[in-house]
This record gives sequence, structure tokens and C-alpha cells, in this order.
Amino acid sequence: MTEVALRTAALRKDFGGLTAVNDVALECRVGQMHAVIGPNGAGKTTLINLLSGDLAPSSGRIEILGRDVTGLPPHRISQLGVGRSYQRTNIFMRFTVFENCRLAAQSRLPSSMRFLRAAARYRAVNEAAAQAIELAELGGREQLPASSLSHGERRQLEVAMTLATQPKVLLLDEPLAGMGGEESARMVELLKKLVPGHAMLLVEHDMDAVFALAGLLTVMVNGAVLASGTPESIRANREVQEAYLGSPGHE
Amino acid sequence: MDTAIFFIQVLNSVQYGLLLFLVASGLTLIFGIMGIINLAHGSFYMIGAYLAFSLTGLIGDFWLALAAGVVVAVLIGLALEWLVIRFLYDRDHLYQVLLTYGLILIFEECRSLLWGDDVHGVPVPPALDFSIPLTENLSYQVFRVAMSAICLAIAAGMYWLIQKTRLGMMIRAGSVNREMVQSLGINIGLLYRVVFALGVALAAFAGMLGSPVSSVFPGMGNQVLIVSFVVVVIGGIGSVKGALVAALAIGFADTFGKVLLPQIAGMVVYLLMAAILLWRPQGIFGKA
Amino acid sequence: MERQPRALQVLLAIGLVALAAFPLVGEKFYLQFITKLMIMGIFAMSLDLLVGHTGLVSLGHALFFGVAAYALMLLTPEYQAAGFWTSLGVSLGVAALAALIVGFFVLRTTGIYFIMVTLAFGQMTYFYVHDSSHLGGSDGKYIYVRPVLEIAGWSPFDLERPAHFYYVALAMMVFVYLMLRVLLASPFGRVISGIKENEHRMRMLGFATFRYKLVCFVLAGTLAGLAGWLAAAHDGLVNPEMLSWHQSGQLLMMVILGGMGTPSGPILGAAALKVLELVFQGWTKHWQLLLGGFIVLSVLLLPRGLAQLFESKRRD
Repeated sequence: MTEVALRTAALRKDFGGLTAVNDVALECRVGQMHAVIGPNGAGKTTLINLLSGDLAPSSGRIEILGRDVTGLPPHRISQLGVGRSYQRTNIFMRFTVFENCRLAAQSRLPSSMRFLRAAARYRAVNEAAAQAIELAELGGREQLPASSLSHGERRQLEVAMTLATQPKVLLLDEPLAGMGGEESARMVELLKKLVPGHAMLLVEHDMDAVFALAGLLTVMVNGAVLASGTPESIRANREVQEAYLGSPGHE
Repeated sequence: MDTAIFFIQVLNSVQYGLLLFLVASGLTLIFGIMGIINLAHGSFYMIGAYLAFSLTGLIGDFWLALAAGVVVAVLIGLALEWLVIRFLYDRDHLYQVLLTYGLILIFEECRSLLWGDDVHGVPVPPALDFSIPLTENLSYQVFRVAMSAICLAIAAGMYWLIQKTRLGMMIRAGSVNREMVQSLGINIGLLYRVVFALGVALAAFAGMLGSPVSSVFPGMGNQVLIVSFVVVVIGGIGSVKGALVAALAIGFADTFGKVLLPQIAGMVVYLLMAAILLWRPQGIFGKA
Repeated sequence: MERQPRALQVLLAIGLVALAAFPLVGEKFYLQFITKLMIMGIFAMSLDLLVGHTGLVSLGHALFFGVAAYALMLLTPEYQAAGFWTSLGVSLGVAALAALIVGFFVLRTTGIYFIMVTLAFGQMTYFYVHDSSHLGGSDGKYIYVRPVLEIAGWSPFDLERPAHFYYVALAMMVFVYLMLRVLLASPFGRVISGIKENEHRMRMLGFATFRYKLVCFVLAGTLAGLAGWLAAAHDGLVNPEMLSWHQSGQLLMMVILGGMGTPSGPILGAAALKVLELVFQGWTKHWQLLLGGFIVLSVLLLPRGLAQLFESKRRD
């Protein structure tokens, strides 16, 4: 088995009286897609926010690529090789597609405190950006402002930006959000391509996509882990069926 | 500092703070509910003071002049909103700042044209023109006490308006979610016009009420503007309660600062603001 | 990266040539007026670095302008000249240090709160200077002799002569303009633009945004200091008003009016405001009415500032 790229232990987040994430333990390995599913309000987005550093945990531990990153600010976690995409598109609307990715790739320079040479002349950065755009299947759209992209293309750009930082670990928060059938299928294919080289944690509501992609499934309800295992075992799990998957024909 | 002087300073602090509250509450309402930064707010205070000067001269009675002045101020507020302000609602804050700065220039010049550049006084209404003796040598003007009482009454009135009336409910709803209020069939344009006029009236009334004490002079609007912004920011944008607390805090800080620490008197208010903002960036009652 | 529309580029080139040629024909009053204009242009460019490019609206920028000016005053012995390079170096250093200290505190806030804390620091410094008799109090102090410019013992410029001072100011303005163009195209500049567009995303991409904002703030403060040093040397007088919120506010108006975030917007805005002031003052005693009216109209009609007048229909 490949290395464990992401691991949490007894992870917990309280907001005042509400416990959004309660004693969550999970693992993610390179070459594996670990999907986290659950009803709305189950704490999935909070979980991702904890992993990316957007939120600090109330208690517990997060390890990424062997390092304890609990409580580190998001930019430090990103520099360790973690990429995160957002549920609500979080791109640079007024920049072109290329500039979005170029800026993302620039973050991997040892330092951006460089004042003289034009940013556009950093060849390695440009190449990383171009590669990410190709991988995310946005080739040909580079010079368009991000604001002019369709919703599906913007979600692709989200992924492209994340890829441009050349992460080992990918945290994907509902990448298929708001997508129609054809766009979804394209995104699923894209994500499938990425699995071999990355450790991927996916939060999604689209069950077809989840079962098509995930090697490992964790079901969260009310902030806690209800069940965890292979897709088949989860599908067969009665508790999960009652709590979430519901009777046949649901979702 | 002996007790009598201390007591006087307390009264002064409260009086200054409450007057400041009137101005700042208008500012915070306009900003919190309409999302408009209005640099010309100080000008309304000035307009109020000058109106008090003219109308008291014309009518003779201070209180009638006050009432008439409020009517004039409301009309000015409504006209201004309809002519200019309503084009600012969805604009970037910076353009609001720029436009209202232009308005300051216009108002200053109109003031100069209509009233000239001299300093004027407004006589204290005769019924209240006496002092209560506190010690052998010290006494306190009753009019100042009356000012504070009136401001408190207005504060209570505002509380009732915002918490207990339908208009107040619309105001509170509008500050949280503009589109939702619109879709409920409430005429948001009209609501904004009313809120703006209310804000203008509050500032003008403060100028009028305070004119016997502070006199009427060019540039009085600018002074009060900056301090009002400080009040709004310390109290939390959109919070009338915050404006009251902050205004009183500044009233005390400024008054006692001048007495106890004259070398840094001017800085005290800003030190206070910097300290509060660095501790709690959204202001005391502001939303995080 | 933003390219300026053709029409504007041509206009700027013509403007530059005109500026360079002007001292040959212009009379002293206008020489001095345009020198002040150019100094404000530098000042406005420094603020635009914060406002237009980083999204940080400061109402206390005059602080750095003023401390640099006062530094020159303190370094100038009475009735004698300060050295050009030493006084400039110290003034810039003082401004930079002030910006570092202030920036360290104010950059913890954002939005309207940032505006207010910058205002607070500006006002605190204003009152400190205003109430300090050893700094001249509310009257300020005079600088009787302009700095003496020597390069290895050779004095090519006599700053007392309006034309010479004019060229020094012009050179500095052009230098600052070009420096900012280079800076904004650099990796640092791109980070700044990214911070303005979506700071949260920048952090998530791995950028330690606070650091970049601080460097930018110090840079902007230092350039404001350059303008302050020039203003003090030119006017021969420093007073607390140089630090007041009026000064900061007027500067902000110039930046917004000219068009934020555009390369030449700040200079256009500074020029427009100062020229209009002059013109309107010539027409009537109540010129502020006209200026105010102009500002109100341009906000209502030109959503993106004066620079919008030159924009081509297509945008890059």
C-alpha cells in the first residue's frame, strides 16, 4: 500500500454550543480517492476547512505527508503540497484563465518577493500553468477572462488552479456542484485521471460520481463518522441506508 | 480634582457624548442599512446650526425654530436622496466617498454664499437660561442638562422606532438582506429615502440643539464628521446601540483627556479607536 | 497585464515632451505650479499603489508625506542648506520606518476598519505635531534654503532656481512612474493584484499575504515620503496641515477621480484637481462650488474615473 498522505485523529470542531465535527478519524493515500458523503449539515465542509487550514480545530490532530499540521495557517498547509478547490467558485474573476493558473503556479516559487523581472518571463511558472490548464481540459480558453466562462468551465478552472500548485494532496469540495449531466461526466473523467498521482479527498452529493470514483467511502452524519469502508460495504450498510442513502430511487 | 469639578466634567462628557450620538446614529443608520458612506454628514450638522441661527432670528422662539428647522432638514434630505444619493447604492464605496466629498465642497460654498464666513451665536432660550449652583463658585448651565435630556428622549424614541414599529422592522430587515425585503413587496427605494431623511434630520437637529453652546462657524461640520466616523467604527457599523456606547465613551475620553492629559488631548480619541480596533476589529457591537 | 489604450499612450508621450520643454517658455508662476503638480503626482501614485492595486484604502497616507517633510526641516540648519542625498536618504528612511510600524498594526484590519485605523494613526501624528512647540506647533517652521545637490563635488543643479527644481521633480516623477510599472509586472506585483482581487484565495494558494501587504505599504509610504521631501523643499515651509486628514482625503479624491489602478490615473487626477482649482479660483471666489459640482458630475457620469475618458471600446 502506498504512503498515507493525510491522516486525522480525534478531529473536533466546536462553534459555541454546536459540535460541527466530532471525533473524526480518517486516512487518505496516494493513488486513492476517499470520498466523504453525508446529508447537508453533516459537517463535511467544516471538515475540509479544517484540513485546508481555513479553520483551526478545537482539538485533535491532522497529519499531512508525515507532518503534524494541526492549527497551521492555510498558506503554510498549501506550501506543504495541499491543494483545495471550493464549493462556491473562488477564482480570480477579472483575470484570464491563464493568469489564474499562472498566479497559482507562481506560489511554488521559493519567494515572490521579486521586483524586477516581469512575472510573465518566468518560464517554469508559465509551463506549470499551461500543464495544469491542459490537464483540466481548458486548453484553448487561456486568454478568456474567468468571468466569461460557463459555470462548468469555472469549476474546471478551480481544479486547474489547484493542480497548478502541484499538490500531492487534493481536497475537493463538491467539484460537481451545479453541473448538468454532460459537464458532470467530463469532470468525473478529469478527476479519474488525477487519482493515480495524488491522494484525493472528495466531498460530494452526486452519488453516481462518488460510486464511480471512490476507492474508500466515509459517511458523516451530524459531525460524526457513521461508517467507513469500501463502496460496496457502505452500500450494503443498513445504518447508512436508513440515515442517508434512503430507499431505492433516492438521489 | 475635587468633587464639584469632577461632577461638572461628567456632565460635560455626557452632554457632548449624547449630542455626538445623535449625529453618529444617523451616520450608522445610513451606512448600515443603505450601505452608503456619507462624508457630507457633517455638513448636515452645520446646516442645522445655521438654520437655528436664521430661524431663531426670524421666528424668535428657539423651540419653534427647532421644529421648523427639522422640517427643512427633512426636505433637504429627501431632495438630496432623490437627486443624487440614490445613484450611489450599488456603487463602490470609494465613489460614494468621492461624491459626498464633492457635496461637502458644495455645501460649504453655499453656506458661505448664504450666511457669509463670520462666526455667529444663537441665544440660549430664555426659559432655560440660568445655572444651578453646585458650590460657592461653580454652577452648571441648565440648558446643557436640557440638551442631554432631549438627546436621551430621542435615543429612547429611536429605540422604540427600530424595535417596536413596522418601519423599524423594515429597517432592520433591510440592513440584513436588501433583496429579500424587496421581494416581500416593500418599496426599498422609499425605505431608503425615509432612512436617509431620518439620518439628515438627526444630524441637523444635533447642530440646532447644540448651537447655543458651540456657536455657529465655518468648518464646524468637518470637526464633527471625523469624530462621528470614529464613533460609528468603535460602536460597530449599523448598530445604534453601539453608537450610543461609543459616543459616550468618546465624550468621556475627550473631556477628561483635555483636563487630565492636555499634552496629548487631541490624540486621546484616536488612541482609543486604534486600541479598540486592534482588539476587536469589527467594533464593540459590530457583526464579525 | 493592463496595456494602456493607444490614445492615452500618445497623449502621455506628448505630455511628457511638453513638460520637458515647458521651462524654456514658461514663466515662474506656472513653473512652480507645475512643479507642485508633479509632486502631487508622485504622492498620488504612492497612494494608488495601496488603493488601486492592493485594494487598501488609506485615509492616513499624509502621515508619511508629513514626517518626511518634517525630517527635512529638522535636518536643515537654520539659514543653511541640507545635503541633498543625506536629507533625502533620511527622509525616505523615516517615512519607511513609520510605514513599517503603522503597517504592522493597521494591516490586521480590512475594509472600512482599515480606513478608520489609518485615519486614526494619521490624526494622532497630526495632533502630536500640532501640539509640539519644538516642531513649530500649528504654524510650522520654515526651510530657508533648499538642499544642495552635489555629485562628487560637482553641483550641476541649483535647486533654488525654479527650472532646476522643476527638472529634478520631473525626473523623479518619471522615475516613480516607470518603477511602478516594472514593479506591478513583477511577481511581487502580481501577488499584490491577486490580493486585491481575492485575498482569501491567495492565502489558500500558499501566499503569506500579510507580508506582501506590509512590503507594499512600506513602499507606498516611502514614495509618499519622497513627495513630502520634495514638497517641503519646494514650499520652504512645513506645517501640521501636511499630515491632516484633509490632505489624505484630498489625495484620495485625486486617485479616485483619475481612475484607480490605472498607470497614469493618479497623475491625471492630481493634475485635474489642481488645475481645476486654479481655473475655478480665477473665475470666482466661490470656486469650491464649481469644483464640488465637477466632482459630483464626474462620479455620476464616469464610473471609472477620468482615465475612462481615454479607454477604447474594447477592453483587453
